[in-house]
Amino acid sequence: MYAYDKYDQAMVDARVAEFRDQTRRRIEGSLSEEKFRPLRLQNGLYLQLHAYMLRVAVPYGTLSSAQMHVLGDIADKYDRGYGHFTTRQNIQYNWIKLDETPDILAELAKVEMHAIQTSGNCIRNISSDQYAGASPEELIDPRPYAELMRQWSSFHPEFLALPRKFKICVIASETDRAAMRLHDIGIRIVKNDAGEIGASFYVGGGMGRTPFIAPLLNAFVPLDQLITYAEAALRVYNRYGRRDNKYKARIKILVHELGLEEYKRQVEEEFAHLQSQDIEPPLAELERIKAHFADPAFEAGLSDDLDLSNPGFARWVRANTAPHKVPGYAIATISLKPAGGIPGDASADQIREMAALAKAYSLDELRVTHAQNIVLPHVKKADLFALWQRLDAAGLATANLDAITDIIACPGLDYCSLANARSIPLAQKISSRFTDNGKEEALGELKLKISGCINACGHHHAGHIGILGVDRKGVENYQLLLGGSEGADTSLGQITGPGFSEDGVVDAIDRVTDLYLNQREEGERFLDTYRRLGMAPFKEVIYG
Amino acid sequence: MADPQFLFRDEAASAPAVPLSAFGEDTNATAVRIEPADDARALLPHLDRLSLVEVSFPAFTDGRGFSSARILREAGYTGELRATGDIGVDMLTHLRRVGFDAIAPATQLDAAEAETAFNTWPEVYQATVVDGRKPIWALRHGL
Ligand code: HEM
Ligand code: SF4
Repeated sequence: MYAYDKYDQAMVDARVAEFRDQTRRRIEGSLSEEKFRPLRLQNGLYLQLHAYMLRVAVPYGTLSSAQMHVLGDIADKYDRGYGHFTTRQNIQYNWIKLDETPDILAELAKVEMHAIQTSGNCIRNISSDQYAGASPEELIDPRPYAELMRQWSSFHPEFLALPRKFKICVIASETDRAAMRLHDIGIRIVKNDAGEIGASFYVGGGMGRTPFIAPLLNAFVPLDQLITYAEAALRVYNRYGRRDNKYKARIKILVHELGLEEYKRQVEEEFAHLQSQDIEPPLAELERIKAHFADPAFEAGLSDDLDLSNPGFARWVRANTAPHKVPGYAIATISLKPAGGIPGDASADQIREMAALAKAYSLDELRVTHAQNIVLPHVKKADLFALWQRLDAAGLATANLDAITDIIACPGLDYCSLANARSIPLAQKISSRFTDNGKEEALGELKLKISGCINACGHHHAGHIGILGVDRKGVENYQLLLGGSEGADTSLGQITGPGFSEDGVVDAIDRVTDLYLNQREEGERFLDTYRRLGMAPFKEVIYG
Repeated sequence: MADPQFLFRDEAASAPAVPLSAFGEDTNATAVRIEPADDARALLPHLDRLSLVEVSFPAFTDGRGFSSARILREAGYTGELRATGDIGVDMLTHLRRVGFDAIAPATQLDAAEAETAFNTWPEVYQATVVDGRKPIWALRHGL
């Protein structure tokens, strides 16, 4: 894992001091709320319906056990004993007081954490693959590139007042577990025909009210030009991104309106100019960062044997573990989606227990996933049973990874001032229904995502089944979408037709999943059957 | 024209700045004002006769002026580069980093607060080049 040196620590400490001063000026009144707003946002502090929400960055989703432990303590000390893991691999606290925020940031800084640029119109926390450094199929660990970009994007003076927020994701495997092409810039680390490592840049993806899948901007940017190229891409966006309408301000709209070719031409022109400016860190810096991500001390020669005689354990292993690059190890996902629970929530005790489990069983590391779960990336197969027993005791052993109950949901009307409808209670209802009727396991992989309004924080466009909360004459109403996906086969869901009440939408999902179970062919997931049959038969069972 | 509250060069230019649109015709002008939507690159052929470029920030949330400033400095402009308009204390350090050497906020800023703000960052992560500061990566590798 990356560890701060004196420079990184000094930068984060300086940020805490800066924010403490800004908060003081706000409370004393010399700083107006209008002027303070962008400043607090760039420190992750949102004003929600009832209180402030603080979003703490988890760069590329990677955490140490000690860091996770502090996240649990903060939930106890400053919140109501809960934390909420988000779709951008961060953690949010929903009941925060402004005057305590500088102290929270200071406690975070002690364990090399921060809330820098987790909100606001700037380059946000950079996300990555939660299996990075553990998966057998990745080309290379993507996190050093993400860390290089984290440092470049932190307090970048030219890009702190962009037209809109800017999200970057870096992955390095064929399987996309991070919705890379739904980011403003998605980067896939690749190898070219000459065997050199470089970066493919995708640009202009995003969700919100006008979802776009990012097209390829440049298939191969050499590693010693990565920062210069990103800087060129951002400069063109800062110059031309729309500022007249915040709903048209994301780079996806610019790329769409300008056309990819013209945007690319401008980026290339800016890139050619910036190459003369010496802004690129030397490759030695990348090597320095890479050294931090060297493999932890894996044991060699471990057996892959696993005693699966306990059916509950066997089910959990089947659902929640993935192959590891080292023999005798597995990647284990801890589901934060218990039947009837709030997706992504964990109690302070659960957070500390996960920290302890990472220490005992996962070489001190954890990951946050964009599906709002936690990963223990390096677990010895021989330890899986003991791990599962402790998870079970902590209410964390739900065996439903990628199942219909592994729901992504935004905060919705319970917390969010922009919401049209509640997301959380609906997620709880669906989770209970499909656990109780036993269909969850039969359905296999089925990604269900809920947003409480068109801003799409819950990724409803990218759900195999998506649900969008709308306002119909003052009444909460839900639209149903089918056929979205965020993986290597990214696609956007289509609306089935007229919306539903809360119970109505749960019934409709029951019917479409029944159709799938009746019609599926060997090996087909819900998404595959939908793609083969098309919308018509699904519409028929819903409305017919 | 606003006088700079903060000046990081020997003296402030005194010529009145004309808008970019008028600048094209008025070939004798030595001072020009650019708005957020103006393309600073239009000035590149004329840098040697300019002694002042005023970059206006009508709203502090519009960051185009940061790019404009850096582009001018990158092209070798050495005259006064003045930020004007809706400028708060918390922007000061960033304005310096992109090459402004004169800052004229529409509303005077508290001197003590400004002093703190200019000294926010002990070091910097990026090479903007135009502020002459060595980034952290250069310090790490003795460059
Ligand atoms: C409760 C307070 C929240 C508010 C007011 C809020 C507001 C918004 C808005 C306005 C957008 C649309 C941005 C655009 O398209 O330009 C958006 C998008 C998004 N938000 Fe939130 N959000 C909130 C909470 C969350 C949470 C808790 C998460 C994570 C679980 C989240 C994740 C996202 C994501 C992933 C997007 C989509 C970004 C994209 O379009 O690419 N938001 N949010
Ligand atoms: S999707 Fe809408 S309701 Fe949900 S968190 Fe985002 S802005 Fe709020």
